[in-house]
Amino acid sequence: MQTQGLVYILLFPLIGTFINGFLSFFRNDLKTYFKKNFQWSAEKFSYTTNRISAIVGVLAVTLSFLCGVWYFFELLNLSSENALSYTLLRWIHTGALDLEFSFYFDHLSSIMVLVVTGVGSLIHLYSVGYMHGDPGVSRYFAYLNLFIVAMLMLVLGNNLLVMFIGWEGVGLVSYLLISFWYSDIDKAKAGKKAFIVNRMGDVGFVLGALLLFALFNTMNFSELTQSIEQSAVPVGYITCAALLLFFGACGKSAQIPLYVWLPDAMAGPTPVSALIHAATMVTAGVYMVVRLSPLYFAAPYAMNVIAIIGAATALFAATIGLVQKDIKKILAYSTISQLGFMFLACGVGAPIAAIFHLVTHAFFKACLFLGAGSVIHGMGGEQDITRMGGLKHKMPVTFWTFLIAILAISGFPPFSGFMSKDEILVAAFGTEYGSMALGIIAVIAALFTSLYMFRLFYLTFLGDNRSGHKVYEHVHESPGAMTSVLIILAGLAMIGGFIGIPHLFSFLAFPNLIEEWLEPVVISFPLTRHGETLSPLIMLVSVGMAFLGLLIAYIFYGRKNTYAENLRSLFQTTYQLLWHKYFVDEIYHKLIVRPLYFISERILFNTIEKGGIDWSVDFAGRFSKTISRKSLKLQQGDIQYYLLYMIIGLIIMSVVILWWVQ
Amino acid sequence: MINFTMLIVILPLIAGLILTVLPKKNEKAIEWTSLIFSLLIFIISLQIFLGFDEANPNYQYTFSFPWIPQWGINFSLGIDGISLLLIILTTFLMPIVILSSWKHIHKLTREYYILLFILETAMIGTFAATNLFVFFIFWEMMLIPMFLIIGIWGSDERIYATVKFILYTAFGSFMMLAAIIYLYTHVGTLEFQDLGTIRLDPTTQLYLFLAFALAFAIKVPMFPFHTWLPAAHVEAPTAGSVILAGVLLKMGTYGFIRLAIPLFPDAVMQCMPYLIALSVVAIIYGALVCLVQTDIKKLIAYSSISHLGYVMLGLLVLNQYGVEGSVLQMVNHGISSAGLFLLVGILYQRYHTREIASYSGMAQVMPKYATIFMIIALSSIGLPVTNGFVGEFLVLVGAFQYSRDFYEVSRNILTFLPAIFASLGMVLSALYMLSLVEKVFFGKVHEKIARGHIPHKDLTHRELLYFLPLIVLIFWIGVYPHYFLNKASGTIALLIATFK
Repeated sequence: MQTQGLVYILLFPLIGTFINGFLSFFRNDLKTYFKKNFQWSAEKFSYTTNRISAIVGVLAVTLSFLCGVWYFFELLNLSSENALSYTLLRWIHTGALDLEFSFYFDHLSSIMVLVVTGVGSLIHLYSVGYMHGDPGVSRYFAYLNLFIVAMLMLVLGNNLLVMFIGWEGVGLVSYLLISFWYSDIDKAKAGKKAFIVNRMGDVGFVLGALLLFALFNTMNFSELTQSIEQSAVPVGYITCAALLLFFGACGKSAQIPLYVWLPDAMAGPTPVSALIHAATMVTAGVYMVVRLSPLYFAAPYAMNVIAIIGAATALFAATIGLVQKDIKKILAYSTISQLGFMFLACGVGAPIAAIFHLVTHAFFKACLFLGAGSVIHGMGGEQDITRMGGLKHKMPVTFWTFLIAILAISGFPPFSGFMSKDEILVAAFGTEYGSMALGIIAVIAALFTSLYMFRLFYLTFLGDNRSGHKVYEHVHESPGAMTSVLIILAGLAMIGGFIGIPHLFSFLAFPNLIEEWLEPVVISFPLTRHGETLSPLIMLVSVGMAFLGLLIAYIFYGRKNTYAENLRSLFQTTYQLLWHKYFVDEIYHKLIVRPLYFISERILFNTIEKGGIDWSVDFAGRFSKTISRKSLKLQQGDIQYYLLYMIIGLIIMSVVILWWVQ
Repeated sequence: MINFTMLIVILPLIAGLILTVLPKKNEKAIEWTSLIFSLLIFIISLQIFLGFDEANPNYQYTFSFPWIPQWGINFSLGIDGISLLLIILTTFLMPIVILSSWKHIHKLTREYYILLFILETAMIGTFAATNLFVFFIFWEMMLIPMFLIIGIWGSDERIYATVKFILYTAFGSFMMLAAIIYLYTHVGTLEFQDLGTIRLDPTTQLYLFLAFALAFAIKVPMFPFHTWLPAAHVEAPTAGSVILAGVLLKMGTYGFIRLAIPLFPDAVMQCMPYLIALSVVAIIYGALVCLVQTDIKKLIAYSSISHLGYVMLGLLVLNQYGVEGSVLQMVNHGISSAGLFLLVGILYQRYHTREIASYSGMAQVMPKYATIFMIIALSSIGLPVTNGFVGEFLVLVGAFQYSRDFYEVSRNILTFLPAIFASLGMVLSALYMLSLVEKVFFGKVHEKIARGHIPHKDLTHRELLYFLPLIVLIFWIGVYPHYFLNKASGTIALLIATFK
């Protein structure tokens, strides 16, 4: 059904971007203008513009959210196969390639739109408090609104290329926001790293899209779905396309081997980490894989790869998270690990579980990041958890909301994380694509999740404060704009899981809302019989792991003892390996970055370019110059010499002619 | 009824003539006259653009009169879909170039603008020529003003650079001249349309093709004939660089699409794999060399080599996607590289150095400048919704399609290498561009810059004014390329059809 109004979802944030962009671009001119004509002081000017930017920024996303809600209800009234769509204009039209700017609002994208704009609005609101007094507020909100536009483009795009606009767009905004405080060169470098690593993934995305186009002559999602089901294209091609696209997802969603940018991305302002690097952008890869699930179902080998990469990332990142000290870094590795869970779900044929976890993760991880932001704000910029402690009393709201989010991510029933993670674990053990090994890895990762989260919790909020008297004195609860957002998100983290109540409780007659909602557009593999029988046990194990993690964290960090230090000195090598994140950054640097620059500098530029090509060009010039200078000496005007040359010439000529005649 | 094609070819010369009678010292009058004339030419070309019938793939607005009747040579001009886009690019860039030169040229001001106008006639003439003789005349005519612009208004090493530039290009031109003479003596006509109907035997084709291809390859420049370019760019004044990168480089690719490819189809098919390989090498090689440059202008010059690699790749795969992408990419590169050279020029005017290491933290000193730089850099690395993406993507589609067709025949996975390497260029271009942005704009403000006192640090209104149309076009082509591609697609389809 064509619905023009879909454009409004995108339009509001776009307008916000323009207004804030204008305020930011012409800031200095406006400042002088208002000073000259209205005698505004610098303070008054920045106060007013910051206010306007904040209001415009928040309003833009909120309106977009309301639009999303409106069309969500519109969609509810339609029969389940229908979707809203709108074609704005023809974009690229060449030969068989016919790409339009068209948007598609179906059951799947509606969920994403609500998450993006909903959580987005909350984080915009939080940012008003967090960025208060920063000279770049207008620029900040311009970027943030632009992010919402790009993200909506990504989820609403009706073909691979419109999705790719959003895909690269969010990458760009992520780059701009990570290096938001660009006068710190390390932050700028982190932003660049994020963009470059993402671009590597994007190459995979583009090649995958090109291959799909070559195979099916379309990039439109619904046409692709149909063609894949009907056509007899060799499975090798499909697997290839699926894996290429998944490589793109690895970049955007920070999976092995392209996850390295995400921990560095924590250099950006904390609300950005919450919005972009936890709740929305990084889940784009998961969304893409779910959107193309018919493609992946047609390529079993690709499914296995996704499951393995997902499980491996979940465990790998969780182990690194166990020993880190920077509160945001821990949360970053936690995000990588949770995204691994989502991919695991996709890989074992449970895309609905992946989306469910995506939603709950958006709630609790946003809450955690914003809580961390509140802590950092209150501690005056401190991010090292070994120098925190005892914040419970100083920051009660942050404390309680953080606790709820931790209970959710660790999987305590009935918090949201429990519901979604349980569904993934069941699928990992119990579907056709699942296996014992995948399930066990996932369970261990779940245990570690609970462990590192409670370690963080104990070190930050409980015990004695280790920051020194002076800092602790000044610790304060964050302003209302921030804490109110924390409360809402904590509420969602607490009850958000009830949209997907496990089937085990189906006797209570609660419907699994999210599954019913997504069923018409996304298909999940059913559990095997073996899986059905196992599922109660898996749930018990899952809850057990959450409690076990809590227990271990309590033993090591909850009481005054030196167990943690003892353990560290006992396993020195392992600790060093984890602390240095398995040295992956160093390995990449040695194996890729250094050789690249070495080849470019020494081999290509110095040897081939300067020493080879350009040298020979200049040599040709020099050579002819030398020849002409030499031959100049032959013509000095002495008649005797000319006679000599003539005779030599005649002799040579006669020899040649004679030889020719013979 | 006046013929518009003839008008825009001749009008710049008339403008040049008018400039000669203006008083030498009155810079303001010279500058204003130049701007007004360049705008007038642009408006006329816009008329051509708007009145162009996209359903007709052949030459329109044709103009012909017997020039040297005893040799049967006509002075014929005409515009088809491909030349239309390049002509409009030329006339569009000219006012910008003139505006950017305002108040910066104090040495021989009048002569400077006269040379710019002679150059404009030559460029438009080359694109509009439909006779090989006329084409060659205009082709050679471009060299002289460019030679002088670099040689007179360039920086320290300008003589070395300009001599290298002219010798290199002239060398290629002589090869082409020989081929043209051969064609004339054997075929008896030099009209494009007649030449198109004649099919020479494959061996002759090969030799003639190589002669033409060499001339054009030097101009593009294709790897390994590119080393004149960085030298010329670095030494040229801003306007010289802008025209060089924006328009002159497209002469090479235009030559391929207009002459070398359609006239010698058998030879093209024979050389295709090698030329494609060279284009891909140019993409990767140019980008890698960019990574280690220490001079901003040199970096952008090398990036041109990489970008022109995409253009050549798109041309040579000879399918609708590739060639359309390639033609669009010529326009795109004209816009983005022109923008980048203008930006570097501004920086150089203010701080008198092009060393990357002499800058840092410029985003704090010149926030507007930094924003504009970012937008144009993003267009250059082909971010979606900017023009660069559409062109690059179509070239990739074309390359991929080509690879797949070959794969169907050969069953050799290596046939996909061109597409894969070309797409790797996406990462490398982001890497060198963002590294440049990081070094110049981010971090703490460089000591020397913080200490030095320069009035008008950020962009002035005049500067903003000439960046505005570039930015509008970047997004216009990025969002609605159909408007432009539509004009060329018929002509391109006609060209492709000869190869099927």
